Amino acid sequence: MPTMNMVQALNAALDCKLAQDADCLIFGEDVGYFGGVFRVTEGLQARHGRKRCFDAPISEGGIIATAIGMGAFGLRPVVEIQFADYILPAFDQLVSEAARLRYRSNGEFWAPITVRSPYGGGIFGGQTHSQSPEAIFAHVTGLKTVIPSNPFDAKGLLIAAIEDDDPVIFLEPKRLYNGPFDGRHDRPAASWADHAAAEVPDGRYVVPLGSAAVVREGEAATVLAYGTMVHVALAGIADSGIDAELIDLRSIVPLDIETIVDSVGKTGRCVIVHEASRFGGFGGELSALVQERCFYHLEAPIERVAGYDIPYPHAFEWDYFPGPRRVAAALARVMEGG
Amino acid sequence: MVTTIALHLHIPEPVSRPGTEADFSWVEVPAAGSVRRPEPTAADEDTRDLPYTLIRVLDEDGRAQGPWTPRLTGDQLHQGLRAMMLTRVFDDRLFRAHRQGKTSFYMKSTGEEAIGAAPSLALDPHDMCFPTYRVLSWLMARGYPLENLVNQIFSNAKDPLKGRQLPVLYSARDYGFYSLSGNVGSRFGHAVGWSMASAYRGDTRIALGYIGEGSTAEGDFHEALTFASVYRAPVILCVTNNQWAISSYAGIAGAEATTFAARAVAYGIPGLRVDGNDFLAVWAAIEWAAARARGNCGPTLIELFTYRAAGHSTSDDPTRYRPADEAARWPLGDPIERLKTHLVARGDWDDERHAALARTLDEEVRTAVRQGEAVGTLGKSKPPAREMFEGVFASPDWRVLEQLRESGL
Repeated sequence: MPTMNMVQALNAALDCKLAQDADCLIFGEDVGYFGGVFRVTEGLQARHGRKRCFDAPISEGGIIATAIGMGAFGLRPVVEIQFADYILPAFDQLVSEAARLRYRSNGEFWAPITVRSPYGGGIFGGQTHSQSPEAIFAHVTGLKTVIPSNPFDAKGLLIAAIEDDDPVIFLEPKRLYNGPFDGRHDRPAASWADHAAAEVPDGRYVVPLGSAAVVREGEAATVLAYGTMVHVALAGIADSGIDAELIDLRSIVPLDIETIVDSVGKTGRCVIVHEASRFGGFGGELSALVQERCFYHLEAPIERVAGYDIPYPHAFEWDYFPGPRRVAAALARVMEGG
Repeated sequence: MVTTIALHLHIPEPVSRPGTEADFSWVEVPAAGSVRRPEPTAADEDTRDLPYTLIRVLDEDGRAQGPWTPRLTGDQLHQGLRAMMLTRVFDDRLFRAHRQGKTSFYMKSTGEEAIGAAPSLALDPHDMCFPTYRVLSWLMARGYPLENLVNQIFSNAKDPLKGRQLPVLYSARDYGFYSLSGNVGSRFGHAVGWSMASAYRGDTRIALGYIGEGSTAEGDFHEALTFASVYRAPVILCVTNNQWAISSYAGIAGAEATTFAARAVAYGIPGLRVDGNDFLAVWAAIEWAAARARGNCGPTLIELFTYRAAGHSTSDDPTRYRPADEAARWPLGDPIERLKTHLVARGDWDDERHAALARTLDEEVRTAVRQGEAVGTLGKSKPPAREMFEGVFASPDWRVLEQLRESGL
C-alpha cells in the first residue's frame, strides 16, 4: 500500500473522483495549471483536462454561488477556498443558499457541493491564514462539516464528502499536510512516512461522514478532538500519564454522538480540545451534549482547551496555540473532581 | 431553421507558459503623448474613450510628451526616483532576510514602484491611502522610518504592530497609510466611506484606494464602485493590473473581455487606463482624478497597467506557471530605469550620481536591518507576550482578562 502525506491523499481522492465521475469537476483560486498553493490539485488539470480542474477568479462568493448553480444542474463540483480565513465573502451563499436549497424547494433542487479549505494555525500565517471557523458552519443547519486528521481518513472522507448529496465543508488542517504535528513546535518536524494512517489504499474507499474514531482506548477520562488537535491531545495524554480515551470526531456535522456518549459513560470525565477560540466555539456544543446525555455519569466538570478569545497573533503563535501542556493540565483538573 | 449545437465551456488560458517564450504581442502600446486630456471637470460622457487606450508620457528616449505631462520640479522627480530605488533595495534585502530565516514572510513590489511613489507625492499629506500589500513605495516616498518596517517584518520587541500582524501588513496612519489585511479587496469600500465622511464633514481631504486586478472579482470592488458612483464620493479608485494574481493571469479576472478601466463605464464614472511603469503618467492621472474629487465632481477609476516582476510572495515560485523571461520582455520597461532616463534627458542626472544614490540607499537599508537584527529577528525578540491580549476591544472584557490569568503570561 502506498505511503502518502495528506496532500497526496487528498490529491488521490480528487483524482479518483475525476476519473470515476464525469460530473465531478474542480475549480478555485490557483487550482488549475499551478495545482493550488498547497499543491493539493497538482497534476489534475494535466491528467483530466482543463474543464475538469480550472482557475477561478478571486471571488469566494462567486465560487460558491457558481458551484451551487452547477450542483443544481446535476454536476458534483468540488471547490477550493484557498484559506478558510477567506471563506467569509461566501458566507451568504453557504448559509442562505447551499444550506437551504433542498428544504425550501421541497427537494426540487439541491446543492451536492464540496468546499475544501485549508484551515488552522501552526505555520506562522498570522491572523488571516490561521483561523479555525468550524463552529460557524456547524451552527448552520443544512451544512456538513468534516475535518480529517490523517492521510487515510483524508482520502476516505473526501470521497464520502464528494459523493454526499448535501453541501459539505471540508476543512484540511494545513499544519498536518506534510506530517503529524503534536504541538511540540521546538522539535524537528515529523513525517507521515512512519505513521500507520499514512498507508493509503489505491482506488475508491470511503470513511463515512458521522463516524468518529477511537484513536486511543482508555478508562480514566475521555478527550474529544479533531484535526491537528488529535495529535496534540495524544501528546498531552502521554505527558499527563493519565489513561485517557481519545476520540477523533472526524466530522462535527454529522456528529457521532453514540461514540461520545459511550466513552464518557465509561470514563465519567471529559476534556474537549480545539484550536479555535473558546467562546462560542464547537466545544460549547460538545460540552452541552455531554452534560445533557451523560450528566449522571460525570465525576467532574467538563474541561475545554481552546484558543484564546483574541485574533490569531503572528509573533505569539506558540503562546496562543493550545499545545500538549494545556491538554495535560486540563486532564489533571478533571481527574481531581469526584 | 434553428440549428442546435452542443454548448462549450470556455476556460481562459494565457498565451505563454513555462517552457515557451513570453509573448506580449497582445499589449497595444500607444505612442507617449498621443492620448487626449480632457479637463478634470469634464462630464463622464466626455471621457469614454480613455478606458480603452493607455495614457503614457515618457517616450523611449525618456522625454515627456503630450498633454498629460505633469509640471514637476526636479526635486519632485528626485524624490520619486529615491522612493522607488529605496523600495527596490529594501525589497531585495528583506526578501533575502526571509531566506535566512529572519522573518516568516515577505512580499516585493518589484516593477510596481511607480504606482505607490507617484500618488504618495502627488496627493496631500492629509489624504488617506487604502493600500494593497504591494505599495511599499507610498511609505518610502513619505519618509516612513525604515527601522519601523524592519521591526514589523521581524515581529520583534520594537514592532509597531506588537507582533500581531503578518510581516508587510503595515499600518501607518500618520503617513496616510491605512491598516492592511491579508484578505484582498476588503478595504476598497473603506476608501469610499472615508472620502464620504470627509464630504459629510465639509472637509477637504480625499481618499485613494488600491485593489489588484485579481481582486476586482470580489464583490468589494463592485460595491465600492456603486457607493462611490451613487454618492459621488471624493475618492480615487485604482486597480493595479500587474497581470498576475499568484498563478492566475489577468484573463481569469476578466481581462479577455475588456479592460479594468472600462469597469468604470457601467458605473457612469471616468475610467483612465495608465502606463503604470511611467512615473509621470501615474502622477498625471492621479493629479487629474484628485482635481476632480476636490472639485466635487466625484470618483475616478484608474487602471495602473504594470507587471509583477517578482513572485507573489516568499511562498511563491512564478517559474512554475509563467515563462522565466516574462519580466525581461514586459513591453513597458522598468519604472526606475524610465524615470532615470527622463532625469538624464532633462540634464538633471547621470550614471555616476545614480550609482552614488544606489550606494547611499543600500547603506541606509543595511543600517536599518542591522538595527532590527540588534533588537532581534523572528522568534529571537518579541513584544511582551501578555500584550497579545490587549486591543481586542477598547477595554478588555472578562473573558480576555481570565484567559490572560490562565495563560500565566
